Amino acid sequence: MNRVNDFAFKIGTVNGTGSASANGLLMRSIFRMGIPVTGKNIFPSNIQGLPTWYEIRVSKDGYAARPSDIDLVVAMNPATYAEDVATVRAGGYLLYDSSWPMPKELLREGITILGIPFGRMCVESFEGDRERTLLRNIAYAGALTALLGIDMAVVETLLEETYGKKPKLLAANHTAIRLGHDYAREHLPCPLPFHLEPMNATSDSILMDGNTACALGAIYAGATVGAWYPITPATSLMEAFGAFCEKYRVDKETGERRFAILQAEDELAAAGIVIGAGWAGARAFTNTSGPGISLMQEFIGLAYYTDIPAVFFDIQRCGPATGMPTRTQQADILSLAYASHGDTKHPILFPANPGEAFELAVAAFDLADRLQTPIFVATDLDIGMNDWMVKRLSWNDAYRPDRGKVLDADALDRIKKFSRYDDVDGDGIAARTLPGVGGKGAYFVRGSGHDKHAGYTENSAAYKEVVDRLLRKFAHAATIVPKPVFTLQDDAEIGLITIGGCDAAVREAADRLRKHDLAVDVMRIRAFPFGEEVREFIESHERVFVIEQNRDGQLRSLLAIELGVPRDEMIPILDYGGMPLTAKVVVDAVSSHLAGVPA
Amino acid sequence: MTSIAKPPVRHPSLRTNALGLTIRDYEGGMSTLCAGCGHDSVTAALVQAAWELALPPHRAAKMSGIGCSSKTTAYFMKQSHGFNSVHGRMPSVTTGAAAANRELTYIGISGDGDSLSIGLGQMAHAIRRNVNMLYVIDNNGVYGLTKGQFSASADIGSKSKRGEPNEQPPIDPVLMALAIGATFVARSFSGDKKQLVPILKAGLSHHGLALIDVISPCVTFNDHDGSTKSYRYTREHDLEVVQADYVPIVAEITLPDSESEVRTVQMHDGSAIRLRTTAPDYDPTDRASAVAHIRACQVRGEIATGLLFVDGESHDMHDRLKTPESALVDLPFSQLCPGAKALDSLMNRYR
Repeated sequence: MNRVNDFAFKIGTVNGTGSASANGLLMRSIFRMGIPVTGKNIFPSNIQGLPTWYEIRVSKDGYAARPSDIDLVVAMNPATYAEDVATVRAGGYLLYDSSWPMPKELLREGITILGIPFGRMCVESFEGDRERTLLRNIAYAGALTALLGIDMAVVETLLEETYGKKPKLLAANHTAIRLGHDYAREHLPCPLPFHLEPMNATSDSILMDGNTACALGAIYAGATVGAWYPITPATSLMEAFGAFCEKYRVDKETGERRFAILQAEDELAAAGIVIGAGWAGARAFTNTSGPGISLMQEFIGLAYYTDIPAVFFDIQRCGPATGMPTRTQQADILSLAYASHGDTKHPILFPANPGEAFELAVAAFDLADRLQTPIFVATDLDIGMNDWMVKRLSWNDAYRPDRGKVLDADALDRIKKFSRYDDVDGDGIAARTLPGVGGKGAYFVRGSGHDKHAGYTENSAAYKEVVDRLLRKFAHAATIVPKPVFTLQDDAEIGLITIGGCDAAVREAADRLRKHDLAVDVMRIRAFPFGEEVREFIESHERVFVIEQNRDGQLRSLLAIELGVPRDEMIPILDYGGMPLTAKVVVDAVSSHLAGVPA
Repeated sequence: MTSIAKPPVRHPSLRTNALGLTIRDYEGGMSTLCAGCGHDSVTAALVQAAWELALPPHRAAKMSGIGCSSKTTAYFMKQSHGFNSVHGRMPSVTTGAAAANRELTYIGISGDGDSLSIGLGQMAHAIRRNVNMLYVIDNNGVYGLTKGQFSASADIGSKSKRGEPNEQPPIDPVLMALAIGATFVARSFSGDKKQLVPILKAGLSHHGLALIDVISPCVTFNDHDGSTKSYRYTREHDLEVVQADYVPIVAEITLPDSESEVRTVQMHDGSAIRLRTTAPDYDPTDRASAVAHIRACQVRGEIATGLLFVDGESHDMHDRLKTPESALVDLPFSQLCPGAKALDSLMNRYR
C-alpha cells in the first residue's frame, strides 16, 4: 500500500506571488535527500495574477519525464479549484487553504481532501500583505515536509544557505515552515501513504535547466559574441551567459571584459551580428525561439550560401504565430532543417536534457567552424527552463576548439592562389581567411551568385559548382554530427524513434512495454542530417513509431524526405498540447495501435 | 553584382603615400554602374581619402547591403575583405564584425533604399550603439536597380521620371541621426570632391559611427527637371554651411587667433578637424545648434552640407562594452575557457 519515493505532486498557485522559491525549496530538499526528482513549471505568459502550477515527480528509478498521474494536489489558487481537483488520481489527495469554508468545487468522490488554514496562520504570524503572501507559500512547503516526510534538517540547511545573510528573512521562513509542518503533524495523517525515505542516488548529480547548460557550453567553447532579442523561453540562456561571463571573463585587474553581449533591435539584427562576428573569426551565437527563427530566415540563407559559421539556439515553444509562449513543443524541426529561401539545408542538434545540452552546445561551435555553416541547437521550453536532474557536468582540459580550415598569413604565403570556395579536399569544405589577414587572402563575400573564386557569376555551371559543393558538405556533415542513441533488445520487431526532450518519456514507456513482454528498440535521434544508421534502424524493424511533439509529424516527414523511407509506414505518435510528454501517452498509443485500435 | 578587373598598369610617376602605395593600390574592380552615376564619384573620393590617410588596405573591411550603392564596395580597395550582405542589414553585420575584431577599419556603404526604408531600424540602432565605422549613404531618392521607384528620401513634390510627384514626406538621415545621438553627422554632394574627401577622412578617423549622407544623383532615373536629387538641383541649392579641413596626426595644429570662427576638434587617433562655419551662431559641436541650423536651411530651400555635427568626446560600442583594446578574435582560448576545476566547483551551486 505504501509507496516510497515513487509519486508525484502538483502545486497550483497564482503567478507573481513568490511560489517559485517554495517549489524550488521542495525540489532541492528531496534532491538533497538523495532521491531522484524532477520539476515541471507550468506557468502563464504573464507577470502577475494568472494561474501557475509546479509538478514535482519523485522517482526512485530515476524517471525524469512528466508524471502520468498526480497523487497529491496542493490547491492554493481558488480560481483553479475545479481544474485542480480533477487532476488528482483516483484515491489521491488534495490539500487546500481552509482559512475559508470549503468551496463546493472541491467536492469529489474517491479522493481525500485535506485542509490547512495557511492564510489565517500567516495573518496571525506575519505583518504586511507582501510578507503574508510570500510566506503562505513557505507554509505549504512546511506542510509538505510533514505530509511527505521531507527531512527537516535538509530544509533548514537550504534555508540557511539561501537566507543566511538576511537574518530577518531567515527567521520568517523558519516560522512559516514550522507553521505548516506543525499544523500538518497535529491535524493530518502524516506521512501520507506515498512518501519519501532517504536514498543515495543523487550524489553525482545536479539540478540544472537547459538554458543554463547551453550558456555554459558557449562559455566553455570559447564563444565571445552573443547577440539576441529577448523572447520566452530563450531569454534566460543569454542572461546565464552574461552571468557566467561576469564570473569568468572579467579581468580582475583591468576590469576588461572578454566578451560582447549585444541586445539587438530584433532577431534579424541578432542574426546579422552573429554572422558578422562569425565572418570576422569569433565564435558567436544567438538564442531565440520559433518567432525569432522565422525572422532570421534570410540571414540563415546568407550564411549557408557564403559558408559562414554561426550557432543558433532555438528553444522551441508552441507555435504557430505567437502561439503559447510558455508551453513546450518540437514544431520547428522542418523550419530549421530547410530555413530560408532557395535550396538550403542545415545541421541541427537535438539534446534530450540539460546535461546533453551542455555537450552539444560545445559540439555546435566545433561543427559550425568545421562545416562553416549555421548550426542549430534545438531544445524546447521543457528542457530550457525546467530543472532536470542530470549528472554533474564535467570538462576535459585537453579540449581545444576545432576552428576548421582557416588560412593565416603564413599559410597564404605557401599557396599560389587563394580561391575562397575551391573544394581542395573533396569534403565540400573550402578553406577560409579572416578579414585583416592581408596578402592574397582578401575576398568578397556576396549573397549573390558566385563562383568558386567568390567572384560574381550568372553562369549556370559556375553557380552549380558552388551549390553542388554545399550539398557535398552536407553529406559530409552527416558523417560527423552526433550519432543517435540506441537502446536495443534481441529480436525486437518494434522500433520507437524519438527526439530531444521526448527521450525521458519514451525510455520510461519502453521499460513499461518491455515489462509487458513487448520487445521494443529505441533510437533517439540526436542530429540532422541523418546518418545511414538511421535508415538501417527504420528498415530493420517491422513496425516503427515516430514519437514527437508537433501536430504534423515533422520528424517523420524529414526522415521520409531525406532517407526516402516510406512515410506512411512509420506510425506517428504526436503530442502537441504544450505539456512535456508523459510515458502514458506513448504506452497507450503503442498499445492501442497494436490492438488494432486507431491511436 | 558584376565587376570587371582593371588592368594592373601603373604610371611610373604616380605618387606614393606613407605606406609606399599609389592611389591605384586603393582601387577595386571596374564599376558597372551607369556612366555618370554619382556613386562612382563617391567611390573615387573614398579611394582618394583612404590613400591620403595611408590606410593599410588589408586592415579595412568593406561592408554593404543591397542596391546600386552597395555594389560599389567591389569598386575600391580590392585588397580589403568585403561583405555584401542582405538588403538593409549591413549595420548588424558590421556591428558583429566590429564586436569580434575592433582593430579593422569598417567602411559601410549604403543607399537611401537600403538605409531609410528596409534598413531604417538597423541604421538607427547602429547609430545608437555608436559602432566604430564609416557609414556612407549614397542618396539619390530612387530605387535604381528596380528601375526608378521613389525612395523614402524623395522630397514632397519631387517628380519621378514619368512626371508623378512624390507626396510622402522624406526621411532625412541627417536630422534623424542627430535626433538619436549620432556622434558624427555630415552631408555632402558626390559632385563636390573637394568637400567630400576631407569629410571622408575625418569620418574614417572618428571614434564611433560617422554618418555621411551624400547626395549622389541617379543619372538614369532621377536626374531630370522636377527632381530634387538631380545634379542641377543639388548644385543650385547646395549651401556649404561648415567647411571641414582634416589635419593629420603628423601636422602641427596651429590656429591663428584671428580666425575665431574656426573650431578645432581633436580626434581620438590624434588627428584633428578644423571646422569653419558660414553662420556665426552655428556651433557644429553643439547638437541643438546643428539641428536648428539644418532646419532653418531646409525652410529656405537650401541643402545644408558639410560636417554638420561632431562630438569629439564620442564613446563607441567597445568603450561601453569595456572590451580589451585588442580584438576579441585574438584572445587565446585559455582566457576564454574557465577549465575543468572551475566547472567542478560551479556544480556545487546546482545541488
